[in-house]
Amino acid sequence: MSKMHVKLTVNGTAVEGLAEPRTLLIHFLRESLGVTGPHVGCETSHCGACTVDMDGRSVKSCTVFVAQAQGADVTTVEGLVNADGSLSVLQEMFREHHGLQCGFCTPGMITRAHRLLQENPTPTEEEVRFGMAGNLCRCTGYQNIVKAILAAADVMNAQKEAAE
Amino acid sequence: MIPAGFDYHRPAELDAAIGLLQEHGDEARVIAGGHSLVPMMKLRMAVLSHLVDLRDIPDLQGIEFGADSISLGAMVTQHELIAHAGLAEAVPLLREAALQIADPQVRYLGTLGGNVANGDPGNDMPGLMQCLDATYKVTGPDGSRQIRARDFYESAYFTARSDDEILTRITVPIPAAGTGYAYEKQKRKIGDYATAAAAVLVGEGSASIAMTNLADVPVWSAEAGAALAAGDREGAVSAALAAIDPQEDMRGPVEFKRHVAGVVLRRAIARALSRVAG
Repeated sequence: MSKMHVKLTVNGTAVEGLAEPRTLLIHFLRESLGVTGPHVGCETSHCGACTVDMDGRSVKSCTVFVAQAQGADVTTVEGLVNADGSLSVLQEMFREHHGLQCGFCTPGMITRAHRLLQENPTPTEEEVRFGMAGNLCRCTGYQNIVKAILAAADVMNAQKEAAE
Repeated sequence: MIPAGFDYHRPAELDAAIGLLQEHGDEARVIAGGHSLVPMMKLRMAVLSHLVDLRDIPDLQGIEFGADSISLGAMVTQHELIAHAGLAEAVPLLREAALQIADPQVRYLGTLGGNVANGDPGNDMPGLMQCLDATYKVTGPDGSRQIRARDFYESAYFTARSDDEILTRITVPIPAAGTGYAYEKQKRKIGDYATAAAAVLVGEGSASIAMTNLADVPVWSAEAGAALAAGDREGAVSAALAAIDPQEDMRGPVEFKRHVAGVVLRRAIARALSRVAG
């Protein structure tokens, strides 16, 4: 079981490394690349703490072999900040609306919510809850996470309108 | 949660993939979205030496509309099924069911082909495909053949597909305009398999009923469909419940599953009837 030469793009930067095909994407990101935003939660594709964006899709990186991600464009929570390093609107709204307590689920929540808002910029509360159903939080009871995402949608839409 | 090691293959042609299956026999498995297989490999309940990734094979992609049927590539994901406007209009039952599978992240990668080919009684699409009377195309060293979904499932994880064949496409007949439809699923939580689920189509003088996770194969009942087509709702429920064979597990004892099966089926029938148009 020889190692393979893995090449992918992570947060806009081309990266490469040697890994066994069976290496899970989450472990490659964290242990080989030092990208520790995505967390190992349940490691059984339930909790969503390991969610990353892969080729425009939210995926649980504990259930993807690095071999499957060969050539992919991966974005983690680190890649969602503004160009100047400041928090994005979505991240800022999680802070403002107390969308986190312990913070363990937050990178997965934000990465998933990012894709949700890309696909549906004006979601209803129900659509947010349905779209976030693959991410578990044991602290907040979800209420403030939903509030944060809805608020982020409002702010982003207002910014878009102002720019037009 | 680290699986045993394997060699990874990503062929660009169907013939090459079949060649790998022939070459490595029992040691090789194909992988589509991987959301059934990867967890099984992590638990080491599936151990294999060669993983053949189907993602780059064009034959397995795409949603193509014919005059009276739709051809779905095996690699079409649940997310693509849900997002496809034309499909939602032609076969709304597909979208209603796909939305009840797993969670958003799993639906981005989980494929229709994986769901129907795996033979897991917990998967939703096999029962749905029996309800719709879909046909699977499998291709192997000796060429291609078509197998009706209603003839495909033999027992849990055993199907009419041979080990060196790959399920490549699924053909779904387009139901007549105005056909009522419903997929009703009872599950303990998001991401769980059904405790019981029912797929119902009902139109002018015709009906089809299938149930999920209530036997070691999906249960399509000709008698239940005939009863519903004749307007006999309770006769349809009785016939379907007579055909299931649920087993006790962490989702509950047999009696409970029979009860839930009746509940979801009555709801599915009522909703399907309420949607009959014209």
